[in-house]
Amino acid sequence: MSSIVVDRVSKSYDAVEAVKESQFSVEKGELFGLIGPDGAGKSTLFKMMTTLLIPDTGDILIEGFHTVREYKKIRKIIGYMPGRFSLYQDLSVEENLQFFATIFGTTIQANYHLIEEIYTQIEPFRKRRAGKLSGGMKQKLALCCALIHEPKVLFLDEPTTGVDAVSRAEFWDMLKRLKSKGITIIVSTPYMDEASLCERIALIQTGEILRIDSPENIIHGFDKPLFAVSAQNFYQLLQDLRTQPFTERVEAFGEFLHLTTKEAISTEKIEAFLNFKGHREIEIHPTTATIEDVFLDLI
Amino acid sequence: MRRLLFIIQKEFIQIFRNKSMLPLMTVVPIVQLIVLSYAADNEVKNVNLAIVNLDQSAYARQLINKIQVSDRFILVDAPAAVQQADDMIQMGSVDIVLTIPPRFERTFLRERQGEIQLLVNAINGQQATVGAAYLSTIIRSFNQELRMDVSPRLVVQKQSTSPRIDIESSNWYNPDLDYKYFMAPGIMGELVTILVMLLTAMNIVREREIGTIEQVNVTPIKKWQFILGKMIPFLVVGIILLMVGLTAGKIIFDIPIRGNLGVIFAYCVVNLTAVLGLGLFISNLSDTQQQAMFTTFFFVIIFILMSGLFTPIESMPQWAQHLTIPNPIAHFVHVMRSVLLKGSGFSDVLFSFRVTVVLAVVFNILAVWSYRKVA
Repeated sequence: MSSIVVDRVSKSYDAVEAVKESQFSVEKGELFGLIGPDGAGKSTLFKMMTTLLIPDTGDILIEGFHTVREYKKIRKIIGYMPGRFSLYQDLSVEENLQFFATIFGTTIQANYHLIEEIYTQIEPFRKRRAGKLSGGMKQKLALCCALIHEPKVLFLDEPTTGVDAVSRAEFWDMLKRLKSKGITIIVSTPYMDEASLCERIALIQTGEILRIDSPENIIHGFDKPLFAVSAQNFYQLLQDLRTQPFTERVEAFGEFLHLTTKEAISTEKIEAFLNFKGHREIEIHPTTATIEDVFLDLI
Repeated sequence: MRRLLFIIQKEFIQIFRNKSMLPLMTVVPIVQLIVLSYAADNEVKNVNLAIVNLDQSAYARQLINKIQVSDRFILVDAPAAVQQADDMIQMGSVDIVLTIPPRFERTFLRERQGEIQLLVNAINGQQATVGAAYLSTIIRSFNQELRMDVSPRLVVQKQSTSPRIDIESSNWYNPDLDYKYFMAPGIMGELVTILVMLLTAMNIVREREIGTIEQVNVTPIKKWQFILGKMIPFLVVGIILLMVGLTAGKIIFDIPIRGNLGVIFAYCVVNLTAVLGLGLFISNLSDTQQQAMFTTFFFVIIFILMSGLFTPIESMPQWAQHLTIPNPIAHFVHVMRSVLLKGSGFSDVLFSFRVTVVLAVVFNILAVWSYRKVA
């Protein structure tokens, strides 16, 4: 039995269709990522899965329980970390944790083993008000509060948005360790580079799921010729390549441009063309796709 | 049960961690009690009066002396011409102008009647009507003295032939008609109700604004636990507020406490339960604290103005009197006054109890019903 089953779910806000006929499932103990830009419908999907929103059509099962008919059972077994920091800012770290432990009918001591690793990092600040913590600390506290009742499924809505690079890396390490304890984790993020850290991902855009697979398969599935190109005049290079008949798409990717061509073409041919256009210090080589290339190709 | 206790504990921590709460619970009620009890005085004093004396006779002077003896009037000026007095009314520096016409004494003596003019500035209705009534009484009694003076025989004869009714009134429960005794208990009731209603109305909506409610909603917490966890702390705050108010009232004004305080606190609990329900209902329906604030204001202003605190309910039109029945402040004011001043017992204020219990049930059903654990 899958841990999460989303079956042809749609949800509209007035005229806007936030989620369209979405369908996917997550296995037990899997680390699953919902990848998409802001406004893609990730949070709406999360709210429906966590029983906060009722889908217009379709059904969602969490650990076999229906999100509308059996929401009470679901609320006992899930941990949810909303996109916005949602703990009591005027309560201390300890009081927040105590509060959530109590309303789930448990104690901090009973499930301390689950949060120990994370909690020890914020323990020096346990008397501090939650509102006075740094962004990374807040995330850690929120994760502790979402874990304190030993949930079977953990929902993390953009947990790394607004968090610095080091804390982000630490956060993903923590998720991997939690996964090893058998907790199903579903996480959403607008950062494409975090996608490869998940076991499977769903690419989502304007309410539609474009593709679901492991990050490797998604990258391998990209079969179009892809080149990394750079030259002295970066902007002119972009302009020149965009207007070429062999070009399908050009995107800036750090210090290189990623050029997707419509059919196979040799690097020499592209280089010759760029020389003709008067570019200097040309560097060109075939490259492997990233999730972002795939994503941009799909939309 | 442990869950409920912890929610209550959490709410108390938050209340007392809020720096503005403690002054709000102690200083504010005392200040309001003092200011309002002294200032919101319906008695008419200090009526500004101008007298235009065009006669300059002995009678005219006697009348003026008689008026000056009364402490209700302040003789602002005695202009020489009517025009000047009119201007003073225009400027608003004078409430009433009394004009004694030329040859007042002579006409009175010759033709046995005299005329005096009263110009009343009716912008301030109460000051004008009550002031004019006082002045008329003074003039009437002056008139009687004059008649005695002029033809004592006639008056004596008249008195002996026509029967007269003398009115002897005494003010029960507040013999000296001390206005503060009347106002302070009412203001206490009003204050407690308003403060508790505002605090609760802002509470859930604040959690919604900050986003904490989203996290709480995904927990197995029960609706009634959540609502009760919000209500009990504010009920306690309200009761403390009433204690502070009663103590301050006793110390500062020495208000009489003739009835049983138990009745007052029992009623306070019922009343606050109703008001809390209404506050939470408003909070549930609002998306922002601003919305909650304005909705609460709407109710509070109607409740206060129609509570009988400042204007007697009995003098409202019939339909408005019916509207005061579901007004929790009206009942609180009534119960406070009856129990403190008159010593009413539980059975005397039973009607208020009954109505408030109904209100409490209705408002709280609405509050629980409107609290949705979904976004």
